[in-house]
Amino acid sequence: MKNNRKLLPLFLTFLKIGAFTFGGGYAMIPLIQKEVCEKKKWLSDEDILDIIAIAESTPGPIAINVATFVGYRTCGFLGATVATFGIVLPSFLIIMFIEAVLNEFAELRAVQYAFFGIRAGVLALIVKALWSMYQQCPKNAFSLCVAVVAFILATFSGINAIFIIIGCATAGLIHSLVISKKAKEGQK
Amino acid sequence: MIYPELFLTFFLIGMFTFGGGYAMLPLIQEQVLAKEWVTDAQIVDFIAVSESTPGPFAVNISTYVGIQTGGILGGICATLGVVLPSFIVILIVAKCFDRFRNSKAVSGCMSGLKPAVIGMIGSAVVSVGMTVFFPAGFNSAVFSNLSFYLSLIMFVGAVILAFRKAHPVLIIALSATLGIVAGYAGLLP
Repeated sequence: MKNNRKLLPLFLTFLKIGAFTFGGGYAMIPLIQKEVCEKKKWLSDEDILDIIAIAESTPGPIAINVATFVGYRTCGFLGATVATFGIVLPSFLIIMFIEAVLNEFAELRAVQYAFFGIRAGVLALIVKALWSMYQQCPKNAFSLCVAVVAFILATFSGINAIFIIIGCATAGLIHSLVISKKAKEGQK
Repeated sequence: MIYPELFLTFFLIGMFTFGGGYAMLPLIQEQVLAKEWVTDAQIVDFIAVSESTPGPFAVNISTYVGIQTGGILGGICATLGVVLPSFIVILIVAKCFDRFRNSKAVSGCMSGLKPAVIGMIGSAVVSVGMTVFFPAGFNSAVFSNLSFYLSLIMFVGAVILAFRKAHPVLIIALSATLGIVAGYAGLLP
């Protein structure tokens, strides 16, 4: 299966996906599915579902995780490298251009007024994202406690966000071990 | 030399972000603001830029902060930093895929991580909200400012649009237009 002739198409496919998806991660999934499964037939639909599950439970941006995984499955280490490079490149070039333009025009009155409005809009987008994530999260007492504790610590304490994340992962691990132990005892 | 520091900072951010996108926001705010590479307002402005340009949010924001701080080489270091942890972890997981997928330890950790991310995005909402509504810090004088109420109205309008599934780019374009109109109507300081 590992065929180096796929490297260039792999790179171009992810370059295209990187250049034409707005909103990152989840917005990319349908496009990836169409390109990689339907058109190129590199992977099956079932593979994609596995890949999404993995991308969600490993660190890092979902888009990068998916690109690396699809690349690896299709063409090994080189495939992973070119797919990841392909998905990053358009962003990098576009932002490089925008950074220069923004600095050039940041002092303009109209731009400052525009950003006054935009900030309120961005806050709304984050609230919406928070709501969508809340709906996808399992709703039980444990999840609620973790969310509230993480919120309080992140907002009102000086504790490093990295330690909050490690702490919550550990709490989840201990909690699930306790539950499965109880379930085993229940079976006896 | 700013480059190793940019690389390491974004490597840490990439390493500890689960769920992508806005889940990265609290980490970026904490790590990047502490180093004074960019300001609160710049981050909020940049979220808008990132929503209106293609590509993953994580890559966009690391490239931006990197270039802003250390030029193009800085952008390369930051982007490489944020991508590398993903890349390495996925290569490892791809090799022992079935063991990872069925691992009770992984699903246990995830049961704590998912709600943690929600709590932390909630915290990002608070800090972005402070930047939007109280740009000069919180005090009672804010409530007599017209711009505070304008922000509030725009925010409520944008929330309604967002929950009716309006495209983010449309919301940003609309709020930019309203900001410009309000500014030239003399309603802003």
